[in-house]
Amino acid sequence: MSSIANPAVMVKPSTEKKANELDSKASVPIAHKIEVSNLNFFYGPRQALYDVSLKMQENRVTALIGPSGCGKSTFLRTLNRMYEMIRNARAEGDLQLDGENIMKMDVAKLRRRVGMVFQKSNPFPKSIFENVAYGPRVNGHKDRLADLVEASLKRAAIWDEVKDRLHKSALSLSGGQQQRLCIARALAVEPEVLLLDEPCSALDPIATAKIEELLFALKDSCTIVIVTHNMQQAARVADDTGFFLMGKLIEFNDTAVIFKKPAKKETEDYITGRFG
Amino acid sequence: MGSSAISAAPPVSAPPERVRAFVARLRSGDEIAHIFTLAFAAITFLLTVLLVFELYHNCALPRHKFGWNFLITRTWDPVFENFGALPFIYGTVVTSAVALLLAVPLGVGAAIFLAELAPPRISDWLTFVIELLAAVPSVIYGVLGIFVLVPIMRTYVEPFLKSSLGFLPLFKGPIYGIGFLTAAIVLAIMVVPFIISVSREVLLAVPADQREAALALGATRWESTWKVVVPFARVGIFGSIFLSLARALGETMAVGNDPRISTSLFAPGYSIAAIIANEFSEAPGDLYRQSLIELGLVLFLLTILINGLARIMILATRGRGTSQE
Amino acid sequence: MNFRYTWRRIVNAVMLGLTGLCALVAVTTLIFILGYLAYNGGRYITWDFFTKLPKPVGETGGGMANAIVGSAKLLLIAAITGVPVGLIGGVYLAEYGGRVFSFMVRYTADLLNGVPSVVMGIFIYTVVVIPMHKFSTLAGGLALGVMLIPIVLRSTEQFLRAVPTSLREGALALGARKWRSIFTAFGNPFWGHGWNDPTDSLPVVIWRYALSPYDDWHRQAWAAGFVLLGLVLLANIGAKLILAKGMSSGRA
Repeated sequence: MSSIANPAVMVKPSTEKKANELDSKASVPIAHKIEVSNLNFFYGPRQALYDVSLKMQENRVTALIGPSGCGKSTFLRTLNRMYEMIRNARAEGDLQLDGENIMKMDVAKLRRRVGMVFQKSNPFPKSIFENVAYGPRVNGHKDRLADLVEASLKRAAIWDEVKDRLHKSALSLSGGQQQRLCIARALAVEPEVLLLDEPCSALDPIATAKIEELLFALKDSCTIVIVTHNMQQAARVADDTGFFLMGKLIEFNDTAVIFKKPAKKETEDYITGRFG
Repeated sequence: MGSSAISAAPPVSAPPERVRAFVARLRSGDEIAHIFTLAFAAITFLLTVLLVFELYHNCALPRHKFGWNFLITRTWDPVFENFGALPFIYGTVVTSAVALLLAVPLGVGAAIFLAELAPPRISDWLTFVIELLAAVPSVIYGVLGIFVLVPIMRTYVEPFLKSSLGFLPLFKGPIYGIGFLTAAIVLAIMVVPFIISVSREVLLAVPADQREAALALGATRWESTWKVVVPFARVGIFGSIFLSLARALGETMAVGNDPRISTSLFAPGYSIAAIIANEFSEAPGDLYRQSLIELGLVLFLLTILINGLARIMILATRGRGTSQE
Repeated sequence: MNFRYTWRRIVNAVMLGLTGLCALVAVTTLIFILGYLAYNGGRYITWDFFTKLPKPVGETGGGMANAIVGSAKLLLIAAITGVPVGLIGGVYLAEYGGRVFSFMVRYTADLLNGVPSVVMGIFIYTVVVIPMHKFSTLAGGLALGVMLIPIVLRSTEQFLRAVPTSLREGALALGARKWRSIFTAFGNPFWGHGWNDPTDSLPVVIWRYALSPYDDWHRQAWAAGFVLLGLVLLANIGAKLILAKGMSSGRA
C-alpha cells in the first residue's frame, strides 16, 4: 500500500459523486440508525466529551477520526455502554438506537444489537468454533450453530483459512486472523450495528486490507462505525466521517466533503497534517 | 486515552524513592553487599534443609522398628509400644476433605461475588473484612469451635442429620458433638477466607479484555463471569483449593482424641496435628516421642506434595494470559 | 426470545444473590466471633487483667500480665530473628540472584511457609529445646521467627520488584503477621525470667483456660481472646495502611 499524503485522492468515486449532488439537491428525509444529542461524558471529575451530537445512517460506514486523546474511542464506547465497566465513568445526554433510548435499554439486549471489535484482538482461549459460537449460545440459539458459525466466518472473510481446523485453539491464529475471528464472533449474534475501535492498528498492511475489504461487504447488512487514527483508512472505507478534537465533534459530514472541502479550519489542519 | 477498560486490578507501582536509593547504595558497595545478602538468603535454604534432616533423623527409632508398616498400621498402643499412623492419616484426610467440601463452594462463590459481580465499593469493604478474618488466630477458632459449635452440633444439627439422612453410614452412630463433622466445620471456617482471597486474586488477574469481549457480545454479567472468566481462571482456582487443602491438613484440631477409624462423621477421631499438639510435650518415652515426630514428618511430606501441585496450577493460569503475540 | 431474556436476567440476579450470600456468610462469621468474645470477655477486661498474675484456682480475680508480656517477648524474638533474615534475603532475590540459587531459595522458602505449626514446633524442639534441656521463651520465639522468614522474604522481594502477583499471600500474611502460636503447651503461670525459661503466651493460656472446668477461667479465656483478636486485627489494619501508603507514595 503506497502512502499518499492527501487522503482526498483516496475517496471513492461514488462518494465523490454524492458530495457534488448534495451541494445542489434538497435532502430527502433519511431514517437514522443512531442519533446522539448533547452527549457529555465524564471520567470522574474530568470531562471527556463536550456536547456531542450526530446522527448516523443505516447501512453506511461512519469513520471517527482525530488525534490521540480526542475522545473518539470514548464516544464509541457510549454507543454500547461499554464504559460502564469503568468506575466513575458517567454519560449524560440522549442516545437513541432506532428511536429507542440506549440508556434505558437492557444492556445485554443493547450489546447484542450493537457489537464491538476491539483494538487488540481478544479471542477466548477456546477453539475457533467455540469462540464464534459463544455469542449465539449465550443468547439462546442452540440449534443450527454450525451453520451460524460457518456463515459468520464467511462474512468475516476467514472461513477458507480455518474451515479445516475449527476445533483448534483460536490462539494458534496469526494476529490478523485473530482479529477477523473476533469480527466473526461479533457477527455471529447478527448485530444491527458493528463498532470497531482501531481494529487494524496492530496489523500489517495486508491484514488491514483484508479487513477493509470485508467492511465494504458488511455494510449491506450492518451499520458500521469505525474509529481510526489512520486518515487514509477513513478515506478508503467510510461513507461519512466525523472529526473529533479535544472532546468535541468539530465536523461531521460525507467523507468526500470532509476531505475535500472541510468546513472548519481545525478539520483542514488535521487533514493536511499540520498536527496530530 | 485508548480502549482499555479498567476493572479493579491490583495497582502496580514503583517502590518509594528512598527505598530505591538505599538499594542503589547497597548495590554500589557491590561485592560486599552481594555476599552479605546472599548469606542471608542462604539461611532460608539451609534452615529448610536442616528442618527436613532433623525431622528425619529424630524419628530413627520408629522407622527402624516399624518401617513402612508405620503408615498402614491401625493401632496406636502406648502400652505395648506399637504405633501406627493410619488412624491419624485417616483423621487428617477426612476432616480436611469434608472441610473443603464445605469451604470451596462458599469460598469460590464469595470470590466470584467480590471479583466480578459486586459493585466496587461493596467489594472493597467486604474484601477488607474477609481478609481480617484470615488473621484470626487458630486458637480462637479452636476454642470457639468447642464452646459454641459443639453444643449446637450435638443438640440440633447432628440429630437432624441423623434423622433425615441416617441411612447413610456417614450419619450413623452415637452423637457426641465432637467429631469429624464438627472439626470439619471449624476447619472450613478457618480456611474459607484464604480460599476467597486467593481465588479473588486469580479472578482479578484474568485480562480485562476477555471480560470486555464477552460483555460486548451481549452476555449478562453472570454469563461473562461463569462462561469466560471462571474457565480462564479455573486452573488457578483449583490451585487455590489445593493450597488451602495444604493449610487445612496442618490445622486439623478439635477432632477429639480417640485414634479410631470410623465411617461415621459423628464419631470422634484423631488427627496428626491434634495428637502432636496434645501429647508432644509430655510424651512418655523416646519411642513414643519419636513416633510423634514421624507423624510430623508424614504430615510435612503431605503438605509439600499438595503445595507443590498447587503452585504448578497457579503458575499455569498466569501463563495463559500471555499466549497472544 | 423475550422469555429467554427474562430468564437470563433472573439467573443473573439469582447468582448475584447467591454469591453475595456466600460473602455475607464469611463476613458474618467474623462479626460473630468478635461479638461473642466482646460480649463474654469484654466486660472482664480491667486494669488488673493487664497487670496482675493469675490467681490459683478457686480465687477470682487476677490477670494475665505474664501471658501478655510472654506473647510480647515471643514476638520480639521472632521479629529480631525472622525479619532481618527475610528482609535481607529478599533484597538478594530482588537485586542479585543467580537463577539457580534464587530458585532454590524461593522454593525452600515456599516449603518453609507451608510447614504446619506443629511440625515447626517439633523442629524447634529438636534443635533448641533438647540442647538447652528445657522449653524456653527463646525456643518459642525462634519457632515464630522461622515461620516469619518466608513471609517477609516474599513480601520484600515483591515490594522491591513491584511485581503484581496473583498470590497475595505475602502481603496478606504480612498484614496478618501470622501470630500463629506453637501449641506445644510449654507454659508457666509465673513470670518467666529472661529468655531461658518457659513462658505463657496469650494463645496458650486461652487454650488452657477455656478447656478447664472453671467458669472464672472461662471468662478470663474470653477476655484474653478478645484482647488477642483485637491486637491481631489492629496490627493487620495497621500493616495494610502502611503498605497502602508505601505504595501510593512510590507512584511518581
